[in-house]
Amino acid sequence: MRAYLAELLRYRELLYVFVWRDVKIRYKQSLMGILWAVFMPMIIVAAGVVVKFAFAQVSGKALAATEIASVSVKAVAWAFFVSALRFGTNSLISNANLVTKIYFPKLLFPMAAVLSSLFDFCIAGVAVTALLVAIGVPFGLQVAWVPVLVVILFLVVLGLAGMLAVANLFFRDVKYLVEVIVTFAIFFTPVFYEASLFGKWRHLIMLNPVAPVLEGLTSSVVLNQAPALGWLGYSALVGAVLVTGTLYLFTVLEPRFAENI
Amino acid sequence: MSAPVSDVAVSFEHVSKKFRRGELHDSLRDLVPAMARGLFRRSSAAELRGQEFWALHDVHFEVRRGEAFGIIGHNGAGKSTMLKLLCNIMKPTLGRLHIEGKVSGLLEIGAGFHPDLTGRENVYLNGTILGMTRREIARKFDEIVDFSEIGEFIDTPVKRYSSGMFARLGFSVAAHLEPDVVVIDEVLSVGDYLFQKKSLDKMHSLVETGATVLFVSHNLKSVAELCQRCAVMDHGKVTAVGATDSVLQKYLEESSVRRSGADADVRISRYSVRGPAGPKRTFQSGERAWVDLEVTAQKPVRGLCVGIAVSDETFHGLFGTTTERLGLETFSLEAGESLRVSFGLDMHLARGTYFLGGEVIRRDIQKLYDRWLHAASVVVVDDRDTIGAVELNASADLTRLPATR
Repeated sequence: MRAYLAELLRYRELLYVFVWRDVKIRYKQSLMGILWAVFMPMIIVAAGVVVKFAFAQVSGKALAATEIASVSVKAVAWAFFVSALRFGTNSLISNANLVTKIYFPKLLFPMAAVLSSLFDFCIAGVAVTALLVAIGVPFGLQVAWVPVLVVILFLVVLGLAGMLAVANLFFRDVKYLVEVIVTFAIFFTPVFYEASLFGKWRHLIMLNPVAPVLEGLTSSVVLNQAPALGWLGYSALVGAVLVTGTLYLFTVLEPRFAENI
Repeated sequence: MSAPVSDVAVSFEHVSKKFRRGELHDSLRDLVPAMARGLFRRSSAAELRGQEFWALHDVHFEVRRGEAFGIIGHNGAGKSTMLKLLCNIMKPTLGRLHIEGKVSGLLEIGAGFHPDLTGRENVYLNGTILGMTRREIARKFDEIVDFSEIGEFIDTPVKRYSSGMFARLGFSVAAHLEPDVVVIDEVLSVGDYLFQKKSLDKMHSLVETGATVLFVSHNLKSVAELCQRCAVMDHGKVTAVGATDSVLQKYLEESSVRRSGADADVRISRYSVRGPAGPKRTFQSGERAWVDLEVTAQKPVRGLCVGIAVSDETFHGLFGTTTERLGLETFSLEAGESLRVSFGLDMHLARGTYFLGGEVIRRDIQKLYDRWLHAASVVVVDDRDTIGAVELNASADLTRLPATR
């Protein structure tokens, strides 16, 4: 595994070039170009606002600005998670030609896929910040948690995407499973709602390693409170385990990629 | 034969690679029974099981540093597998493969080229994939573009390129690598004649700078031009290793007896070459030769025609025709019946040795009954000193022009 890490380090330029390629070709020959990176998460944000509005109507309360802010922040992060997972899972088989023809550490593919989704996330992040300023969210010092939260989310999604990419290389069933899971996962992740909605069952929701990150984003950005450190530690641990697992999978299985793809 | 250790750039030590025919279990449903079987039956790597076969079997040879080494063989002989092992994309099932230094594998021209990116962007992408740093590429960029002859199209997306332009740009990037060991898979066969010549020259200069070149091809001519030594592969085994001339000679002799006929219903039963006065093998350039083929049928067959082919010693086709192309009707044969076809040819060939072949086919259903690639060799002699394969009866005049100033 250490040798594999050294190889990754040696090929860091290639990682950069792959990220650059993925970002560049994603919006090639589209009229809106990079605006799609803002537009797509905004659709999820809009959906979240509609859901929140409906909730508010049913319960007869007014829709608070903080609710909109919270949904926006979480929806953008969720959009990153979904796109990175989807893109990462398919990253090996969509580059089959390179997997079978050229030598370099193939973990670069899921890494590049997740990083290029992260790039989109950053652009969408700027748009959301503008939105938050517009609706008058008072940013506090706790915003400093955001980079930490993003790093944890990044680790979780990279670990997952790497493992799924390998599984998908051997068994094409995986990409369909991922589609199904990604479609339904929004019900099990506190994007449009808060974990506290579930009362005593809220801990069950927090077992989803993405949940503490999303909750953390709400508290640090919108409520100016520190995130729940215990749960955040749990997410970070899951992320570290997943990334280590991915690294191990690539170390062991990569020599068999070319003949099994 | 064996060179001192430090002189060896690549060594195959009894390398074998096992593959499985048919589909691997491609979905989870198939995996479970396969794993259950795997639990109970443990077999060693050295034995074959079920659908397995050796793509490479006990391959053992060495390539010296700074040598251009050719690997030839028919389709399915194991060349591609060997390339993938060399490039570290696969690991051998048995044996050891040792490579000294940095390997560049050119298994595909323009690997990773993305159709939506421009030529410039793809040079950076492809170059990095092949192991160059961006700084290195920036330094060589103009040279790469010059070599590719792409010119102002460098900022056009490569999906708008002709296939020739695409291949030239891909080759140019690859040609500007500075590897210790370079593994090339038939990439010379890209572009037009002039570009191929240029590519071959580039390969030569690579060898001159001390790089070790492994060149895999079924184009014997380019192997003969580039490589000092070569190996012949057949069904996963190395059947001959040594100096290119002698290995090629052996390979050709073996090929000359090999006949590819899909069907034994009709066969070429006799093949002979004669001059005006009986059997003859040596012709003056331009002299008329007759080729007689006898075809014999085992079953009644109709719609047949017979063809002949002339090629150079590397099986590079020079001329071919069929009775049908010459305006003759197709013919039928009853079981046991034979027919003789005589072709007359004016041998307008440059001096050298040429191979004659023949085939019997049925054009309407595209069926090949029998083909003999190398049925006879003929030697053409010519007083005139020319290069190439054909004798065009050239003449030359000198005229001094008045000075312009």
